[in-house]
Amino acid sequence: MTEYWLLIVSAVFVSNIVLARYLGNCPFLGVSNRMDTATGMSMAVVFVTVLATVITWLVQNYVLVPFELEYLQTIAFILVIASLVQFVEMFLQKFVPALYRSLGIFLPLITTNCAVLGVAVLATQHDDWSFVKILVFAFASGLGFGLALVLLTGVRERLAVAPVPVHLKGMPVGLVTAGMLALAFLGFIGMV
Amino acid sequence: MSVMQEFTKGLWKEVPPFRLVLGLCPVLAVTTAASNGLGMGLATTFVLVCSNTIISLLRSIIPGKVRIAAFIVVIASFVVIVELTMQAYFYPLYKILGIFIPLIVVNCIILGRAEAFASKNSLIPSVADGLGMGLGFTISLTFLGGVRELLGAGTVFGYALMGSSFQPFEVMVKPPGAFLCLGLILGLMNFISAKK
Repeated sequence: MTEYWLLIVSAVFVSNIVLARYLGNCPFLGVSNRMDTATGMSMAVVFVTVLATVITWLVQNYVLVPFELEYLQTIAFILVIASLVQFVEMFLQKFVPALYRSLGIFLPLITTNCAVLGVAVLATQHDDWSFVKILVFAFASGLGFGLALVLLTGVRERLAVAPVPVHLKGMPVGLVTAGMLALAFLGFIGMV
Repeated sequence: MSVMQEFTKGLWKEVPPFRLVLGLCPVLAVTTAASNGLGMGLATTFVLVCSNTIISLLRSIIPGKVRIAAFIVVIASFVVIVELTMQAYFYPLYKILGIFIPLIVVNCIILGRAEAFASKNSLIPSVADGLGMGLGFTISLTFLGGVRELLGAGTVFGYALMGSSFQPFEVMVKPPGAFLCLGLILGLMNFISAKK
């Protein structure tokens, strides 16, 4: 049990996928303007990351490795993720419209999110992990993304009404803020 | 726009990632050293030019509804080529760039140029656009890598430029430094563009 907690703490804080592993920066900076879009995006990322990692892990271990097709990993994974997102969108629209409406536009946007493909590829690099560990890793990575995103949005909402120098307004000061956040998270190294 | 203009716009006016804020993941991750930035930039340029070429040639054949999927398949194929080539001939760089080589496939610049330009323009302008954007991206990455490497390790391309008493500003080669440097450079470019 402790190893799962360690895994969660490590994926959320120590190796936060956006602040320490540089994955998922585009949406991180793109939707951190308002809190409601940020929370929507976080939920969507957690949801898609878990599903995508699980399916790509199955593809890797039951299709690519047995047939010695590992070099096709990139193409296979991206096609899996793109189709998965398409399928999930249609499924949600039909059967769980409330969730579909709250996730909104972010679902298709996540296909080209490097966080999802990145976590999927990272998961395959741990050959010795059990399926449950992969699941926990994917979930915790998504949570870490959500945490970082919500934190940055909170600060950026305040910055939008603060007297920032004109050339730094918007993206530059957002990036500097993200840097401060990353600096804070650096302090978690050595915790696990 | 003339072919020359298509090429040069990617070098300053619409240079990714500084002006065209796209494809940030590899920018922040690989610019820990100037040579890494250069390597990643060249790999991305190769994929961008090749995919722009193919997509421009096939633009009248690809059906509208499946175009994004088709673009992704084309781009992914070239990324696999680059991946295998790097694994064979540039192994140290391959190890450093790590998972960001397969992540070129979701680099918004490549998909963005395919969607916005290559699918609507003929071959030569598309190649020029890809080449310009790619080279601009490469120069930006090398520059950012150079700044971070200089401040974080005192060297540029491995050549020690600062004196021996220089205490490296190590946070620069770590994630916080990446965000900080990029933010400040973006601010600087806003300043320069405003002055013109």
